[in-house]
Amino acid sequence: MEFLAYFGGVFEPVAFLLLLGGTVGGLILGATPGLSPTMAVALLIPFTFHLSPTQGLILLGAAYTSTVAGGAVSAILLKIPGAPANIATALDGNAMARKGEGARALHLSFLSSGIGGVIGVLLLIFLTPLLAQWALAFGPSHLFWLAILGVTVIGSLDSKSFVKGLLSGCIGLWLSMIGYDDIQGAQRFIFHDALTGGIHIIAALIGIFAIPQVLDMFAKGRRKVVIETVAVPVHAFSDSVREIGRSGRPLTIGTIIGSIVGLIPGIGGQIAGLVAYDQAKKFSPHKEKFGTGHPEGLIAAESANNAMVGPSLVPLLTLSIPGSPTAAVLLGGLLIHGIFPGTDLFERNPEVAWTFINSMLIGQVLMVIFGIAIAKWAAKIARAPLPIMASAVLVLALFGSYSVQQSMGDVWIMLSLGLGMYFLEKFGFSAAPVVLGLILGPIAESNFVQGSLIANAVYDDWPNVMYFMTGPLNIVLIVLVIASIGYSFLSHRASARADAAQRVAAQ
Amino acid sequence: MTASRTQHLIASSIILVVALIVGWLSFTQQPAEAFLFPRLISVFFMVLAAWNFIRAFLALSKVGEGLSAETALAIAPGLLVTLVYVFWAAKTVGFYASSTAAFFILYTLYDPEPLSNGRAWLKRVIVTTIFMAIIYALFTLLLKVQTPRGHFL
Repeated sequence: MEFLAYFGGVFEPVAFLLLLGGTVGGLILGATPGLSPTMAVALLIPFTFHLSPTQGLILLGAAYTSTVAGGAVSAILLKIPGAPANIATALDGNAMARKGEGARALHLSFLSSGIGGVIGVLLLIFLTPLLAQWALAFGPSHLFWLAILGVTVIGSLDSKSFVKGLLSGCIGLWLSMIGYDDIQGAQRFIFHDALTGGIHIIAALIGIFAIPQVLDMFAKGRRKVVIETVAVPVHAFSDSVREIGRSGRPLTIGTIIGSIVGLIPGIGGQIAGLVAYDQAKKFSPHKEKFGTGHPEGLIAAESANNAMVGPSLVPLLTLSIPGSPTAAVLLGGLLIHGIFPGTDLFERNPEVAWTFINSMLIGQVLMVIFGIAIAKWAAKIARAPLPIMASAVLVLALFGSYSVQQSMGDVWIMLSLGLGMYFLEKFGFSAAPVVLGLILGPIAESNFVQGSLIANAVYDDWPNVMYFMTGPLNIVLIVLVIASIGYSFLSHRASARADAAQRVAAQ
Repeated sequence: MTASRTQHLIASSIILVVALIVGWLSFTQQPAEAFLFPRLISVFFMVLAAWNFIRAFLALSKVGEGLSAETALAIAPGLLVTLVYVFWAAKTVGFYASSTAAFFILYTLYDPEPLSNGRAWLKRVIVTTIFMAIIYALFTLLLKVQTPRGHFL
């Protein structure tokens, strides 16, 4: 119950204001189609430089939590999911809004998000110290394999192509090696002066997540996008609270699935929402009503995608392996403040770690209150014209990446990586494995080098093989790396065969 | 929709060339100790890039919609403005002056309102002014970021 001692930090005036600002801003950004939660958190990181690590993390955590929930507003009122996590929400949420139950859908969405989110954060609170304790037994070889596992899991699961997912991870690992080598001081892959200091993680995150979205908005050209809106008649909030009280089944299904999905590195909210929706449908006595504006589908999807948020931080805070792309950006935010997640985070920085986690718990409550209060207003902002959003994100990306080290080199790297990522995405590569490779590369390398030194001192024959590939924990981790790759290979092959069979059947 | 075989071939060739350069540099540069990890990664990088190239060559690459002529034409003006803005104007002209110009030009380029609409021009000026005022308040007044001044501001 150590976390209870750090609740005071959340209610300090500046910290609480940041929590409020992050929640409200996150709700609005989340409701805006085209601005992903990951990009929103990446663009916020430069603003945390002038804050203490705790305050910075509170802002980022609040934005992470509320962007996921905010995406439900546009999913319900405009049938445009604000984030991939809200795809399942749009199925029944918008149908409810069209039936004149928009306010009821928004109430149920935020209440189920809040309940799922609180349970998710409680899991984070109770599981993290346990896992951190267990992780104390990890040596350099285990940490090396864990970093590689992080890249292979995200590379395998977050991509439509097995080869391209892993290749994306390799590109990220290579990018992480650019610059001066820490131990030998040797220059590596420095093709331009701007790369001398290596690739700054924040510039890279902003470029990789923001620039492709700007170009996607440009790609829509001068087309006038007409978004059909629905009227939102008033609905008594107390009725919605009672309805949530009677919706134990979808709420439980959503919360359990979201929590499990969050704990598995690399899967993310989109899968959580869709799987929970599907399972809620299977277990419902009213299966036929799903997709026609049935609240059970909405409740399951929203409780799942917010229950995912807390557990996605468990592997991040204990093992430095982010559970989702947004958690990967949060990891970048931690590292720039000199906070290294891992085994001794709760020993060395308990105040930062616990205040951050507690703020996420309070943030869930604020998210429900403000989400319901500003939902209609957020939906209006969500209709902001694309040319304004594209220009604004580009200018913010430029200022944000420059402000990190006051260096034009970072700006050039930001744009170059962003343009590269846009074209890579057009050919089926994913941003998440590139970012994971970039973030976990230095962790993998430092542990690899440290492990090699130990291996040479301890073993005479095949030192690296003996050190990195023997021992029960090493073998378990190697099996997990191979299993993540094997599972992805087999599942992609199965879906390719199914596609081919469908094509043949269609002919 | 998926990209054509030619597009997949071009993309996979570029990645293969990058992987080969990374591999070649990793195995030829000194001191060898500094390139131990790059060597390890570059082997996987080269193998996966070669596999990706072979799949593209055999027309097995199906993932990714590629870049259509319509998309390329739509992004071209915005991309050109972005490149000039980031790689030249921001430093030479000045951060704020170039950002104001870039915001206004991009907004105008992609605004569906006809160019003959006087009210639309007024709206663009007002939105650009308000946005840049917010950026100035955030970065210069609040975060105290010293931006390159260039010829202007």
